[in-house]
Amino acid sequence: MRNLLPLIWRKIPERYNLIGSRDEETGKEYFPQRKISPAVRRRGKLVDHPMPRDGTIYSYSLVHSAPTGFEVESPYFIAIIELSNGVRILSQLVDSPAERVKMGAKVKLVFRKIFEDEAEGAIAYGYKFKVVQ
Amino acid sequence: MTLKTGIMGYGTAVPRMRIRVEEIAKVWSKDGERIAAGINVKQKAVAAFDEDSCTLAVGAARIAVETAQIDAAKIGAVYVGSESKPYAVKPTASIVAEAIGASHELTAADLEFACKAGTAGMQVCMGLAGAGMIEYGVAIGSDTAQGKPGNALEYTAGSGAAAFVIGREDAKPIAVIDDTYSFTTDTPDFWRRQHQEFPSHAGRFTATPAYFRHVVSAAKGLLKKTNTTVEEYDYAVFHQPNGKFPLTAAKILGFPKEKVERGLITPIIGNTYSASSMIGLASVLDVAKPGEKIFVVSYGSGAGSDAFRITATDEIHAKGRRPERTVMELIESDTEYVDYATYAKHRRKIKSL
Repeated sequence: MRNLLPLIWRKIPERYNLIGSRDEETGKEYFPQRKISPAVRRRGKLVDHPMPRDGTIYSYSLVHSAPTGFEVESPYFIAIIELSNGVRILSQLVDSPAERVKMGAKVKLVFRKIFEDEAEGAIAYGYKFKVVQ
Repeated sequence: MTLKTGIMGYGTAVPRMRIRVEEIAKVWSKDGERIAAGINVKQKAVAAFDEDSCTLAVGAARIAVETAQIDAAKIGAVYVGSESKPYAVKPTASIVAEAIGASHELTAADLEFACKAGTAGMQVCMGLAGAGMIEYGVAIGSDTAQGKPGNALEYTAGSGAAAFVIGREDAKPIAVIDDTYSFTTDTPDFWRRQHQEFPSHAGRFTATPAYFRHVVSAAKGLLKKTNTTVEEYDYAVFHQPNGKFPLTAAKILGFPKEKVERGLITPIIGNTYSASSMIGLASVLDVAKPGEKIFVVSYGSGAGSDAFRITATDEIHAKGRRPERTVMELIESDTEYVDYATYAKHRRKIKSL
């Protein structure tokens, strides 16, 4: 057990419900959450804000050489998803045959297991995306 | 005296992968065609590496809350019934509650009663909502059932989830739960001991003294309690450990096959344990018309059955009150057939995984 609990627990709002930030002054939305509003380079009026759960593939890659914990899943797709509000996020793609993984393909959010802290530790759940037909 | 409750919304989740009974039989040098015909199961749904009873429960619950058209903050209880929990100790229900955006002012717990813990959760929600202790409750049945390689259970042990949001009758449910009746005895026909990876079962003993005794007793008990006859129901849904038992139970009770077929799901996704009769009910709600009556009997080994009399309301035709895709559409579209090796990898039946 590598004791990844702080990393797992703190990210629950982001990973479960795509809670990002919205600057009430500029109307801009961000994911992951921000402490400083990037556009105005000051604190701004940042509030928690859920991101939309659909978007399109902006770019993607097929991972053959996976990091620790993901070896048995390879090869798998990771993609930069452009959400319908314009925010781009990095996510794993699942349930999507290779011929459907294309730039511009429509995707929607699914709830999946992301990793396990070995056999005894906590399980990290969260978002992944799948290509919709 | 509690008030009547009903189903506000429902949702299901079934993994994308399928394995055919014949593919499993091939590995064990058995006659797959004969087995498939014998149990009336063609194939089963296989959960992927990154799916478990928790992810399936969340998938189903999100759709259920959406179709219920309620404020998730008003959910006062979440119960997840499962016999394949990702954690032995740590509730799945709290993960689901967080993932559906419920408030933190709620009660939650996981329930276990082999294949009927999901319907037990429905009864708990009925009681809490009917008594005014909560406004809405979410009851989920979810399993990634385990079958020991080579065992008869391996042909049927499938994966899936169904979720129901329960609220009071005056909250405009899509179907009213008119009544419920349960029958429980101590009958050890199927179990999994602590720390064991796979369940054990008592072979033929699982039929007459177990499944049929409890299903038929609960069914007859509900008919007597509600003073109704089988002719008054438009649909009947029974727990489906295989594709044959529910049809036999229907025959014993006098339900014609046509009333059972819509809710018979196991032949195409396998036995989804806690979700089995609940996915069947969801499939019936997909097509039910206002006023139609549904008869549901779950079964959990160990052993017991919960029976429900449900009547669809006018709300069932309201916009967005049913999932975008019916259970049949969900099951039949976008599937991928896998071989035994791929199945063994994803279900972690290879020891090094």
